[in-house]
Amino acid sequence: MADPEIKSYALHHESQSAAVTESRPAKAVLMIVTFAFLGIFLLLPLIVVFNEAFAKGLSAYTEALTNPDTRSAIHLTLLVAAISVPLNIVFGVSAAWAIAKFEFKGKAFLTTLIDLPFSVSPVISGLVYVLLFGAQGLLGAWLKAHGIVILFAVPGIVLATIFVTFPFVARELIPLMQEQGNGDEEAALSLGANGWQAFWYVTLPNVKWGLLYGVLLCNARAMGEFGAVSVVSGHIRGLTNTMPLHVEILYNEYNAAAAFAVASLLAGLALVTLVLKTLLEMRYGAEIAATRGH
Amino acid sequence: MTTAPAKAGWRFRQPSVIPGFGLTLGFSLAYLTLIILIPLSGLIWRSAALGWADFWAIATDRRTINALEISFGTAFIAAAVNVVFGTIVAWVLVRYSFPGRRIVDAMVDLPFALPTAVAGIALTTLYAPNGWLGSLLAPLGIKVAYTPLGIVIALIFIGLPFVVRTVQPIMEEIDKEVEEVAATLGANRFQTIARVLLPGLAPAIVTGFALAFARGVGEYGSVIFIAGNLPYKSEIAPLLIVIRLEEYNYAAATAIAAIMLALSFVMLLVINLVQTWSRKRYG
Repeated sequence: MADPEIKSYALHHESQSAAVTESRPAKAVLMIVTFAFLGIFLLLPLIVVFNEAFAKGLSAYTEALTNPDTRSAIHLTLLVAAISVPLNIVFGVSAAWAIAKFEFKGKAFLTTLIDLPFSVSPVISGLVYVLLFGAQGLLGAWLKAHGIVILFAVPGIVLATIFVTFPFVARELIPLMQEQGNGDEEAALSLGANGWQAFWYVTLPNVKWGLLYGVLLCNARAMGEFGAVSVVSGHIRGLTNTMPLHVEILYNEYNAAAAFAVASLLAGLALVTLVLKTLLEMRYGAEIAATRGH
Repeated sequence: MTTAPAKAGWRFRQPSVIPGFGLTLGFSLAYLTLIILIPLSGLIWRSAALGWADFWAIATDRRTINALEISFGTAFIAAAVNVVFGTIVAWVLVRYSFPGRRIVDAMVDLPFALPTAVAGIALTTLYAPNGWLGSLLAPLGIKVAYTPLGIVIALIFIGLPFVVRTVQPIMEEIDKEVEEVAATLGANRFQTIARVLLPGLAPAIVTGFALAFARGVGEYGSVIFIAGNLPYKSEIAPLLIVIRLEEYNYAAATAIAAIMLALSFVMLLVINLVQTWSRKRYG
C-alpha cells in the first residue's frame, strides 16, 4: 500500500516553520476533536465496564466470578483458545513458508483466499457449519448415525473459532518473511543444514517477534469471538457457554453486575493484549512486518 | 499430508534450493479447504439448491429488505463518520507531539482487542436513557440506545481503527518537501492540505472506508445489545439470519447470508475500482 518511492528519512526531523504546520488555533481544535472523539468512543466504554463490574461492591464481583457457570465458561474459553490458536499457528507458519519462500502460480489468489474470513460476517462463519453439520445439514444424518456430535458442542465452537481467527498468524508472517528473503536459509542449507534445521535455527529466530504479534491478535479474537460461536454453541449453560456468550446470558437476565464482572475479565485481556502489542511494536518494530492495519 | 503437486521439472513453480514446498503448500491447502472452502461452498450450494422462486420470495420479503437496508445503511454512515474523524485522529497522531501520544496511539486498537459483546453491553449502558451519555442526550430529545442511531454508534466504535490504521502509515510517509513547495508557491495551509495532501491520501482513505464498511455490515456482537432489534426498524441482517436459524428456517437463513455475501462482494468490487481510479489519478 505504501509507495516505496516517497521515502526520505533525512527530512523526518520536525521542521516547525509556519508553512508546513497548522496555526495554533487550528492545531488546538484538531487536538480537542481527537481527544473528545477517542474519549467518548473508546475510553468511556472501557471505564463503564469496570465501573459497572464493581457497582455492587467487591464481594458481588468475586461472587459473580466464582459462580460455577462462570467458571465453566472461563474453562471453555481457555480450552477453545488452547486448541484453535496452536492449529492456526501451524497453518500460519506453513502457509507463510510456502508463500514467502517460493514463487508459484496462483500465489496471489491463495493469499486472497487466506484473508477471506475477514470479509465474512461472524454470523455467516457460524452458519456455514450449521449448514454442514446441523440436523438438516449436508453431513447431519451421517454424523447422527455414527454418534458424532459437532454442533452445539465443543468441536463446533472450536471450528467456528478457527474460522474467524484463521488469517491472523499467516497475514502477519507472510509479508515479514517475504521482506526477509531467502538468503539466510540458502546460506544455512549450503553450510549443510537440512530444511528442518534451517527453519528451526534460522527462520524461526528471524520471525519470532512477528509470530508472537500474530499469536497475540489471534488469541484475543479467539477468546472474545461472539457471533460465530453464538450460532454454533446452542447456549447450554455450564457446557457450551464461552465467556462472551455467558456475558450475553447474564446481561439478558438483567444481571448487569455479573455480566460486567465477566466482561471486565475480557476487557482486562484486551488491555493486556494492547500493552504487549505496543511493547512489541516499540521494541521490535523493525522485526514485525510493516503491516499494521487489520 | 504431502500432496506434493510440484516435484522437479514442472514449471508450476520456479526452482529453488529451499525444501518443504510440497509439505507446506499441501498442508496449507488441505487446511484451507477443510476449514474455509468446503463450509463456504456448502452455503453457496445450499442457496443454489433453493430454486429461484423460493430465493426471490425470501429476498423480496419486506423484513429481509429492511434488515439489509439497515445493515448496509448504518454501516455506510458509520464508515463515513470514521473517515472524517479517523483521518483527523491519524493526523494528530502523526504530526503533533504531546504527552501520552504513545498511549493514545495504542488505544486506537481497543476495538480490535475488546470482545464485541463487551463493547455492546458497555455502549448500551452508556447510551441507555439513564446512562452517562444517554441521560445527557435525553433532554435534547435524542434517543440513541434501542434505535438505529445506536447501531451507528456501535459501528463507529468497531470501524475506527480500520480507518486510522490504513491512513496513518501513508501520512507518515508524506514528504514534507511537497508541503514546503506548495507553501513557497503561495498556497495557504488550507489549500496545501485540501489540494496537495488529501488527494495523495485518498486511496488510503477509500481503503479504510471499505474495510470499516465491510466490517460494519457483518458486525453482530456489538450491535445486538444496543439496537433494540425491532423487526423492520432496528433489526440488522446478521440478526435476522440468527432468528431464521432459531426457527429452523435454514432456507431463509442461507438465502439472506448469500445475499449479504454477494452485496458485500459487489461493494468491495466497486470500491476497488474507485481505488484504482484514484490511484491512477493522484498516485
